[in-house]
Amino acid sequence: MKKFLLSASVIGVFALYSVHLNLGGNENPSVAVKTSNVIGSAFTSSSLQSSSAPSGGYKNGTYIGSVADAFYGNIQVQVTISGGRITNVQFLQFPSDRRTSQMINAQADPILAQEAIQAQSANVSGVTGATASSGAFVQSLSSALQQAS
Amino acid sequence: MGMPITVEIRNSKYEIRKVDLGKDIGKVFEYFREVDEKYSPFKSTSEVGKLNRGEKVSDEMRDILRLAHDLKVETNGYFDIERPDGRIDPSGIVKGWAIKNAADILRKLKYKKFFVDAGGDAEIVGGPWKWGIRNPFNKSQIVKVLSLNNCGIATSGTYERGQHIYNPITKETEIPDIVSLTVIGLNIYEADKFSTPAFAMGKGGIKFIEKQKDLEGYMIDKDGVATMTSGFKRYETGR
Repeated sequence: MKKFLLSASVIGVFALYSVHLNLGGNENPSVAVKTSNVIGSAFTSSSLQSSSAPSGGYKNGTYIGSVADAFYGNIQVQVTISGGRITNVQFLQFPSDRRTSQMINAQADPILAQEAIQAQSANVSGVTGATASSGAFVQSLSSALQQAS
Repeated sequence: MGMPITVEIRNSKYEIRKVDLGKDIGKVFEYFREVDEKYSPFKSTSEVGKLNRGEKVSDEMRDILRLAHDLKVETNGYFDIERPDGRIDPSGIVKGWAIKNAADILRKLKYKKFFVDAGGDAEIVGGPWKWGIRNPFNKSQIVKVLSLNNCGIATSGTYERGQHIYNPITKETEIPDIVSLTVIGLNIYEADKFSTPAFAMGKGGIKFIEKQKDLEGYMIDKDGVATMTSGFKRYETGR
């Protein structure tokens, strides 16, 4: 029952918060976080991407929401916009002084930014990931030297 | 340990005599040779050999075993030095520990800007040093350029030595969904500690790193999609 109350109150707070933003309550871009996706493991990146963005998308950057009272404590989120879409949402404040809140905290999955890997050209001092055994290195070197001779 | 060791020292404004530099770097390589003698799982005379034959081992080996046990608890069993065949192989923890000790040798000798790199895992001192993350699908390419200062960096991956990392929880030898996980921490010991067990967690590993204090990570999955922790961007640099 307590969990339901907390979830309901947080959802309620977010509903109010997004309405507040949409009414032009402050100069931040309207971050319309869908309330059904806020708490617990339902917080998936695909749901965020489907949230309605104004035409042209959001302005890129990182934005901090105001602190909202969620009955058992405060909630404050930080949102990252890249490519006009929400790519990361982080809780800066979350009720943590109650057992119920701590359980929800433990279940909440972080949303992390993603990208397709791309070859880069740069002079670097070292490369991580290179764990070639010395045996393979010597083998490869000698076969190369053989071709070179 | 069968991997290339690289040490680079950048001179400060003080003139360091070439012969001293050579001697000091020599001390680092000597230390790695000692570590290999003592802790190589491939040498029957090593401490690891003795451990697996039930013989008495040194205090230092016992310290390492204790660190390994603590890490096993910290990672809910994903870091485990016991292999499926019952052998104990502490290489996963010895490497980072050894690199950090090697770097401390140079720190005690008052060097301020250097790195000690063993097989791509490195303790970075001073900086900034430009570092690359290798493309798991093409070893001659890098896919990320980082600017690093006073930290440690370690990568676990399947592509170099084949599937050498196994999942101690499910006992599978395949970690098919991800191919590389790079961890940056306050020092190489911290980064290295978590990179292998986090890798064994598959796609959940990057979330495990996200939840740890003072660790950032960059994970590449089998489809070439990278996922990074929320603080990782601070290490990125323009080309």
